[in-house]
Amino acid sequence: MKLKATVSAIALGLGLAMGGGSAMAEGELHLFNWGNYTAPDLIEAFEKAHGVEVTIDDYDSNEAMLAKVKVGSSGYDVTVPSDYMVKIMIEEGLLLQSNPHEMENFQHIGDAFRSPYWDPKREYSVPWLWGTTGISVNTNFYDVGGAPNDRWSWSIVMDPPEELRGKINMVSEMNDVIAAGLFYLGKDQCNDNRDDLRELNDLLQSAKEHWRTIEYGIIEKLTSLDVYASHNWNGASMRARLQIPEIVYVYPKEGLVGWADNVVILADAPNVENARLFLNFIMAPENAAMMSNFARYANSVDGSEQHMEAAMSDAPEVNAPNGTPTPTFIPPCPREVTELYTKIWNNLLK
Amino acid sequence: MADAVTQVDTPVRGASSPSPKGRGFDVKRLPGFATVAWMCLLVLYAPMLVLVLFSVNDNRSVTIWTKFSWRWYEEVINNEGIQHATVLSLKVAVVAMVVATAVATMAALATTRTRAYRGLPVVYGIINQPLMVPEIVTAVATLSFFALIKQATGVTGLGYLILAHTVFCIPFAYMPIRARLEDMDLTLEQASADLYATPWRTFRRVTFPLLLPGIFAGAMLAFVISLDDVVISLLVAGPGESTLPIYIIGQLRRGVTPEMNAVSTIFLAVSILLVTFFFVLARARK
Amino acid sequence: MSTSVPETGATAAQSAERRAVRTRWLLVSPAVVIIGCVGILPLSIILLYSLLEPAEYAGVVWTFSPEAWMGLVLERDIFDDTLGLSSAHLTIYTRSILQALFTTVLTLIFGFPTAYFIATRPAKERNIWLFLVTIPFWTNLLIRTFAIMLIVRDEGLVNHALINIGLIEKPLAILYTDVAVAIGLVYAYLPFMVLPLYASMEKLDFRLVEAGYDLYANRRRVLRRVIVPLVKPGVIAGCILVFIPSIGAYVTPRLLGGGKNMMLGNLIANQFGTSRNWPLGSAMALALMGLVMIALVIYVRNVTAAGQKSHG
Repeated sequence: MKLKATVSAIALGLGLAMGGGSAMAEGELHLFNWGNYTAPDLIEAFEKAHGVEVTIDDYDSNEAMLAKVKVGSSGYDVTVPSDYMVKIMIEEGLLLQSNPHEMENFQHIGDAFRSPYWDPKREYSVPWLWGTTGISVNTNFYDVGGAPNDRWSWSIVMDPPEELRGKINMVSEMNDVIAAGLFYLGKDQCNDNRDDLRELNDLLQSAKEHWRTIEYGIIEKLTSLDVYASHNWNGASMRARLQIPEIVYVYPKEGLVGWADNVVILADAPNVENARLFLNFIMAPENAAMMSNFARYANSVDGSEQHMEAAMSDAPEVNAPNGTPTPTFIPPCPREVTELYTKIWNNLLK
Repeated sequence: MADAVTQVDTPVRGASSPSPKGRGFDVKRLPGFATVAWMCLLVLYAPMLVLVLFSVNDNRSVTIWTKFSWRWYEEVINNEGIQHATVLSLKVAVVAMVVATAVATMAALATTRTRAYRGLPVVYGIINQPLMVPEIVTAVATLSFFALIKQATGVTGLGYLILAHTVFCIPFAYMPIRARLEDMDLTLEQASADLYATPWRTFRRVTFPLLLPGIFAGAMLAFVISLDDVVISLLVAGPGESTLPIYIIGQLRRGVTPEMNAVSTIFLAVSILLVTFFFVLARARK
Repeated sequence: MSTSVPETGATAAQSAERRAVRTRWLLVSPAVVIIGCVGILPLSIILLYSLLEPAEYAGVVWTFSPEAWMGLVLERDIFDDTLGLSSAHLTIYTRSILQALFTTVLTLIFGFPTAYFIATRPAKERNIWLFLVTIPFWTNLLIRTFAIMLIVRDEGLVNHALINIGLIEKPLAILYTDVAVAIGLVYAYLPFMVLPLYASMEKLDFRLVEAGYDLYANRRRVLRRVIVPLVKPGVIAGCILVFIPSIGAYVTPRLLGGGKNMMLGNLIANQFGTSRNWPLGSAMALALMGLVMIALVIYVRNVTAAGQKSHG
């Protein structure tokens, strides 16, 4: 009796499982995006406009997404890699040349993002959102001032003042932490000069003593006062400020990393036409505004400002104040450099 | 079984016996053990209480209490993503649990209480293999392997994810069943066989009921391990196959909302209700 | 007469033996086939990866290289290029093993009494107790870990309670330390100890325990000399189920440890992520698997040998 029930349960389960996926409806789009990053109203609007049903799955790092896409047959149509990852994916032949620059709404794209290093002619990718990686500081504990000044420096985390010691979080990303260190030392990025790296290694080792954590979950760490300052993305800093108004986003004077996420169509996408529709759709100003309003990052579409919430259009995190450095978009470093970075990173976290 | 045992420890010894057992001595009791057990239970449920509390907290932050509100439950009701992920997680976990437990029980029967035969260590090694590889590696290996199959056959679907889960559930189900079998004695089964029962009958009437607690424990472990899996699911899942852990890990980097607390509370409440229901049902039947 | 009887006896015994062997393989084959096809076959891909060179961004290039295997413990110093032991890797290995051992011992200390307590409840109550112990684990590990973080935070329940009863004046920094990781791992793996222990204690023969008391043993001696040996298979199963997964634990050390100190799981995961060295990650994983496998085989040999002794 019991066994029979078990067997039929298995059969039923497997049957459901196998059958469930193979029934592909017309008009689908499989979007693979960072978690908590896709505005629900944007997807709703797209579904309504084109009669396409969208499924959304999340990933938590460019590398996880790459691994999944690279082995093939992932089943996704559209993903959202960051700048350097777009370049990698193009070189690996993973992307469809969809020529977004010929699409109707491309005219709305701002000049700054029309020919980035990772896709100079915009043959593969459409800008999604972009931002910078700077420092959030809770000014209740350490006053850095509200406008750019001399204290807006990487020294806040690399050689922290007494008030912040032991209350600092760093982003858990090897490349971002090392980039911050190199900015502070005034050295080149993607650096393989051993003397520079030795200096960097010593700097990070001594700074680590003052760091409480090297992790994500930054908004929670800041708002729960687990830390008073954190290496942070601008949009996350804004979200934290909406809870604690004294949190200031610092653009370090030595320079800071900029990043830009892009929507691309995969070479083996099952629903190419719908994917094209989606790329064109998000370049419309009113749609780009929805993305920004949700995720709290800037988009690259001219004219989207008039559709944005007031909180967004005058946020200092999104609209960099005068006197702050231009963000640097760092291309993927060569393997040899990554190997050196990895050793420094492992040594730091050992 | 247990009742038979309790009858054994009742015979009263003479007062002259120097045994430490006095009148009313309970051979089963070990001092302090009950305290530890209750303490464990308290500790196990403390995070659950926190979770329930913060699911009705108005604040967006998952760390600071402001005021009571149903806000996050409303968001869950409106959030198809979470609902879809929860249902999918359950579906995968139930199927993986059932298959893994059945397979593990069979394997346990064949690998315990026999003379050591050639190949036994190998079989044992194979069954426990999924335990021994870090998740991320199993994930990359399975991902590459499934991609090959998908390219060759063109078949896609949830089956792959379920299969991957089943594999790592097997050793977790196998261990308690094996432990149970190992110290089960053979006399009852032999008696049954002596009474001309077929092996199948012996299994159903004697071995299986004796084995049930082990199977139960194994099934529970398999269920839990499947529900918790992050890394393998993350890489193996196809489009529209995001389980709850994938959904949560995706949020981790950009900030988790208390919706997760609300979902977990609903989940917790349903499981407690179900268990109570079965308990009452069992009582009523007796 | 004298010749035919033993002969038929022998053939009967032989065919019974053959049947037993067939049943055995039939029973074991589904598990072996599933794991063999979906668990071990893919691992050969990993073995292949470990012998190749890393590709520029992700994956491998098809050139043979023993570099990954050497990279397990050796590394070229980035400053003076001398080949030496990799102190980073060795420190991380040691930390992981110690943390996993510690977790195993603690879960055993808490799990053993709990399992024993459940196993000695009246038969009807036992399943309820088991459910009570497992229900918290149906909530996702990540969520449970967040809840633990709330409890051990500087402003969390534990610190509030300790300050209120006057034990401490300033909050203890528990969160983001190795202590927090230990708490999290013990919490995460407790059922993996309790359930196998319970499965083997549930049928503990208390006549033997009573015999122990009759032989003038006190409780401690009975526990050590009678109960523990009887439930040894459960103890070993539990230890394996806790030790091995906690060596490769990934989520808990990150969230509760604050990411400042890596564990083996994180180190390996990084090789497949930002460090872009799949061969090294593969080699590390295979080495870990090899070590654990050897330990397990030794264990099986011992257990089956002991089993034969006691049955014979």
